Amino acid sequence: MDVNKEKSTIVLFSGELDKAIAAFIIANGAAAYDHEVTIFFTFWGLNALRKDESAFVKKGWLERMFAKMMPRGADKLGLSRMNFGGIGPKMIKHVMKKHNALTLPQLIELAQEQGVKLVACTMTMDLLGLQQEELLDGIEYAGVAAYLGDAADAKVNLFI
Amino acid sequence: MANLVVDAKGLACPMPIVKAKKGIDTLEPGQTMELQTTDKGSMKDFQAWVNQTNHELVEAREDSGVFTFVVKKGS
Repeated sequence: MDVNKEKSTIVLFSGELDKAIAAFIIANGAAAYDHEVTIFFTFWGLNALRKDESAFVKKGWLERMFAKMMPRGADKLGLSRMNFGGIGPKMIKHVMKKHNALTLPQLIELAQEQGVKLVACTMTMDLLGLQQEELLDGIEYAGVAAYLGDAADAKVNLFI
Repeated sequence: MANLVVDAKGLACPMPIVKAKKGIDTLEPGQTMELQTTDKGSMKDFQAWVNQTNHELVEAREDSGVFTFVVKKGS
């Protein structure tokens, strides 16, 4: 990899639609700046990486409860404010379409196409009972040391 | 005449900058790209982008809501 390339990292801790959209817009912008971009997904942020269809994996009772209660994938995320039991996200998606903005699933696809590294935190995956089969293809799995390795070289490090 | 014309009119952030990057990647150093956008943040966006990359902003103008930028690819 080009050592002279600027780097940017984002930690996506939140699992809400608005915050995930912001993270992916910044990530795609940074990739257009030719930065090496990494997004680390931890805790609720991992939900943005879930596939919309269910994967058949063995889970304990608590993990099954988590899986049921957490949004399954980018299209199912709620809003941090004005969620109104799911009406808010519908309104936002409608308005975004009207303004020709990309949807979150499209932003994720674009990020992958632009070479943005999507990294799932394996420790919090264990806590929430998420397994690799349930998450999008083409992502990486790592922990805090990998994050710090990337973040130490980056001028832009965001926690969302 | 620019070597490449990229039409990003009607597209919202971050598409204009992403299309600009994809466009300029296809050019050789010294060649130019003309980019058209309608996003109101474009002027600041492209000034910043050109400042942070090696490219040169040859021309930037607005005409009734359409922004046109001519960018020369750096080495």
